[in-house]
Amino acid sequence: MSVIYLLISISIVVAVAFFFAFVKAVKSGQYDDDYTPSVRMLFDDELQKTKTKTKIK
Amino acid sequence: MDNKNCFHCGLHLVAGQEIAFNEKEFCCSGCKTVYEIFSSNGLDCYYDFENAPGATPQDIKGKYDFLDNEAIVAKLLDFKEETTHIVSLYIPHIHCSSCIWILENLNRLNPGISSSQVNFPEKKVRVVFNSEAATLKAVVLLLSSIGYEPYISLENYEGTKKGISRELTYKLGVAFFCFGNVMLLSFPEYFDVDEFWLEQYKGFFRWLIFALALPSFLYAASGYYVSAYKSIRAGMLNIDVPIALGLVVMFIRSTVDIVFNLGQGFFDSLTGLVFFMLLGRLFQQKTYNFLSFERDFRSYFPIAVTKLTNGQELSVPVYDVAAGDRLLIRNQELIPVDGILISSEIDIDYSFVTGEAIPIRKRSGDKVFAGGRQLGQVAEIEVLSSVSQSYLTQLWSNDVFNKKEKQGYKTLTDTISRYFTPALLALAVAVFLFWVFKNVTTAFNVFTAVLIVACPCALALSAPFTLGNVLRIMGRQKLYLKNATVIEQMAKIDTIVFDKTGTITTNKKSAIVYEGEVLTDAETAALKNVLRGSNHPLSRRLYDFLPVYTVAPVQDFQEVTGKGVLGRAGVLLIQAGSAAFVGKDEAGTLQTNVHIAVNRSYKGKFVFDNCYRDGLSSLFQLLGKNYELKILSGDNEGEREALQQLLPSGTELVFNQKPEQKLAFIKQLQQQGKNVMMIGDGLNDAGALAQSNVGISISENVNVFSPACDGILDAGQFSRIAYFMHYAKNAVKTIKMSFALSLLYNAVGLSFAVAGKLSPLAAAIIMPLSTITIVSFVTITTNYYAKKGK
Repeated sequence: MSVIYLLISISIVVAVAFFFAFVKAVKSGQYDDDYTPSVRMLFDDELQKTKTKTKIK
Repeated sequence: MDNKNCFHCGLHLVAGQEIAFNEKEFCCSGCKTVYEIFSSNGLDCYYDFENAPGATPQDIKGKYDFLDNEAIVAKLLDFKEETTHIVSLYIPHIHCSSCIWILENLNRLNPGISSSQVNFPEKKVRVVFNSEAATLKAVVLLLSSIGYEPYISLENYEGTKKGISRELTYKLGVAFFCFGNVMLLSFPEYFDVDEFWLEQYKGFFRWLIFALALPSFLYAASGYYVSAYKSIRAGMLNIDVPIALGLVVMFIRSTVDIVFNLGQGFFDSLTGLVFFMLLGRLFQQKTYNFLSFERDFRSYFPIAVTKLTNGQELSVPVYDVAAGDRLLIRNQELIPVDGILISSEIDIDYSFVTGEAIPIRKRSGDKVFAGGRQLGQVAEIEVLSSVSQSYLTQLWSNDVFNKKEKQGYKTLTDTISRYFTPALLALAVAVFLFWVFKNVTTAFNVFTAVLIVACPCALALSAPFTLGNVLRIMGRQKLYLKNATVIEQMAKIDTIVFDKTGTITTNKKSAIVYEGEVLTDAETAALKNVLRGSNHPLSRRLYDFLPVYTVAPVQDFQEVTGKGVLGRAGVLLIQAGSAAFVGKDEAGTLQTNVHIAVNRSYKGKFVFDNCYRDGLSSLFQLLGKNYELKILSGDNEGEREALQQLLPSGTELVFNQKPEQKLAFIKQLQQQGKNVMMIGDGLNDAGALAQSNVGISISENVNVFSPACDGILDAGQFSRIAYFMHYAKNAVKTIKMSFALSLLYNAVGLSFAVAGKLSPLAAAIIMPLSTITIVSFVTITTNYYAKKGK
């Protein structure tokens, strides 16, 4: 039953790993602007679409 | 077919003047050029995201020459290493997804730019460029040429670049991490079963919980301890005192509990509490990143001016300008210092300083004041005083601007806390004394339980959530407030002072009324044709006002400086100008008139009236019931009668006020014990706005600059001031109601605690429950009040 120590330790390690990922994300400025990326992610597709359109023409 | 709009900027097309290109129609060659730039670089997608997203590029010839000056460039750059340069530029025009797209594809227009990134909420673009292939000037010129002219002011130059504070985000992350894990590990204890394995691992779980609660207690909640300590030192008990006390007691009691194996402790409640309270802070911290409420003349003044030395033009930083220098001011440039005009004649638009829309004509030898915008040909001025010594900028040396915070405003929460904290301590001591004679252990348990359960989490959350929500709702309705405290202060206002020009009048359109003998169509057409040749501001406005006629040539056109214009169109000799110019005697009136004579016989005059904002009269009637109203104007008394008719009786009208006098006027009202709200617009109101309890600045376009204030109101919402005032009052009412509700929860929790029956489970249920109740209550109520008032 001492496997529970192992399990809990793993779960804590995973949690801490996520926590560090979060800290890193904040540090890199991801949380400074929470609007622009939501628009930006839509662009690449649009660009592709218009390019193929002009090719067909 | 009438509703054709420019493909680039969306401006309505005037029939016959549109420019066709590539099957698209444009309003002007500027827009067409931008389209050409985009299409030739394969950036047509710009027009796919949004209809007509563009702006017409402005004429910027010579405007950015100062960017050749290395010292200035160095100050503007964010980062500079070898050839990699990074600059952040504020671009007011950023408004849609097309803007983001084009600005992030700048590298396709100029290979020297390696990347660019837009921060939409702040309307900023961060450009990384190679200094060997591109210069800052090239970047700025490129942006200007595609209609995204950056705004570079003295503020950028001086700018201590303030880093973004991410502390709250970190703390919130830590608090949530701890809260989630502690909750999870606490779960077995909630089901109070005597199961063998659970008993076996109890100690391990508890110490793990303890370890996980530490970061939350020590780091995430640290702000509360600091604030509590400060407030005790200042001799007033703010709401953070009982919170900090509750947290510390909770931590100590829980630690004691697990050390002596008495129970599981309250770590779950502790971490939950910290998390919810930080959430409240985040919610309240709504900021309008694209607005700034701290602006002074620096964000309005240019960085550099063109100095003339021995006939050479040289860009120098504005601060290096000294008395005696000769400056060259181009069209649309701002005059940064007081000086004497050398050139023959210019018009100066002081609208930002005074709110007055009609430009003022200055002649050689006249004194010109800083803050005006030059309209007309290139002008030369001789500097009289340096920037900081100029008439306008001296206003900022007043003490009002040096105070960081408005002193001593006590929020509603702090006021309650002043009674709450002593009452809580008294109660805790009382129950302790009651139990101590029966059982010392229980006495300590009850004492700590009281402090824990009464920790005014819900109380502390009422105001942030209410005000945060109200702030957002008001923001959606285009009243942008600096912070949540302003709402509470708005609710206390009893006197409202309005500026006149630009505030209750609009400087967009001013009504032009014709008085006198009716002009025939032929005469009006001739007048319009004659006016076309004149550049005088009044002529331009009258020209725009008159209906469209066919263009006809004008003979013998003559413009007499300071008097008027005359010209012959066909058989009609038109004279337009001052009364004396058309040969009419008129006693000096305070109105702005253009007199008209046709074939030397006097016809009548066009009267330029300031146009009052829509709904002004009804707004004042509405406000008059609850507030003392005053009008404070820098203008002469010309409109006293008109205003008196428009406004409810009892409205005090004060004219001829200089900026310092406006400030003093507000101060004097405050000394009489009044809570004053100042509503103004120009830099000349800046002192009054800063001095008043709540200073609201009216702005035709919120992206354009307004003086330092507590709130910025979109001019279109002017007639709704009464609604906002009423809403603020209701917001405070909501806070009071939710205080009552949270005290109810405290009472329930306390009844458990006093009886010595507060289990960690009960605490873990009551705290989040009270929080959720409060948050939903205030959200529903504030939304209800927002709808009701409409």
